[in-house]
Amino acid sequence: MWAELVQTPLFGIGLTLVVYLLAQTLYRRVNSVWANPVLVAIFAIILLLKGTGVEYRDYARGGDMILFLLGPSVVALAVPLYQRREEIWKRKRLILIGIFAGSLASIISACGLAWILGGSREVILSLAPKSVTTPIAISIVDKIGGIAPLTAALVVLTGCLGAVCGPEFCRRIGVTSPVSMGLAIGTSAHGIGTARMLEVNRLAGAAAGLAIGLNGLMTTFLLPILMALFGF
Amino acid sequence: MVRGLTYLLLFQLCGEIISRSLDLPIPGNVMGMGLLLLGLIVGWVDVKWIEEAAEILLSNMTLFFVPAGVGVMVYSDLIAAEWLPITVATVVSTFVVMAVTGVLAQKLEAKGSDDVG
Repeated sequence: MWAELVQTPLFGIGLTLVVYLLAQTLYRRVNSVWANPVLVAIFAIILLLKGTGVEYRDYARGGDMILFLLGPSVVALAVPLYQRREEIWKRKRLILIGIFAGSLASIISACGLAWILGGSREVILSLAPKSVTTPIAISIVDKIGGIAPLTAALVVLTGCLGAVCGPEFCRRIGVTSPVSMGLAIGTSAHGIGTARMLEVNRLAGAAAGLAIGLNGLMTTFLLPILMALFGF
Repeated sequence: MVRGLTYLLLFQLCGEIISRSLDLPIPGNVMGMGLLLLGLIVGWVDVKWIEEAAEILLSNMTLFFVPAGVGVMVYSDLIAAEWLPITVATVVSTFVVMAVTGVLAQKLEAKGSDDVG
């Protein structure tokens, strides 16, 4: 009976929801950024699956249904953007410059560090679009010749890190305005960072949502140019 | 709620169709976000139709990333083999990007490079 139940979507959906709710409760109790519910839930589910020997593809039957909701959520980001369109439009120049600089800094710092530390060519290329939202990052990596699944993993790790440490880090370096903080965390930590920003402030969330799309576009065009420039 | 979700999915579908048929590097959902924004500004879509559904999705968006993160477990061997360059590059670069974009945007905002009041 259990073996059959595990293979229904009920298992993946149920497990994700229960663990996520528990992680949220934990987050409220311990009051530390490291208890970020996404991060805790991901690790707890991985440990549970490994511990019980349940295959990832059995979990994914339900997990993929939850993941599917990410698509319409990205579309829904148009709503806060529309509601804050005047505040955003007034700042169009700083938004474009900020995201462009971040996109460039992301490629150069990630690839440069991996190269210095002796990473293989595939790993270096897989790191290049790690600040870009998952679907764009995958299509970029497929084109330039990295390992798409590794990129997907790195994108999620980057997002969690940005969501966990981003708001505090921004405050410490003096980035306090909602638009600037939203841009910083959206450019660096894409959708996961944006979800976090939406919890903090709607304007910051709108700016972060804009950064997901624009950073994805800029990285798509910048990466081939940089690769040609460095002869990589 | 149902109407809102239907609109969101329809815009995502339009985005997918455009992005696939023109072979663009932009995924369908991001294209759908752009189209919906256009639709709202031009007035094809009333924000009241989709507000509720959008709010429910956006306020629970972090949950939707959990299954994506669990997918990491399939590639744990790959990550273990080159953990040093991967970890250092990922962590440092995440902060570098936040610092570059954040500080630059904040400076430009303070200087009032655009016509911010």
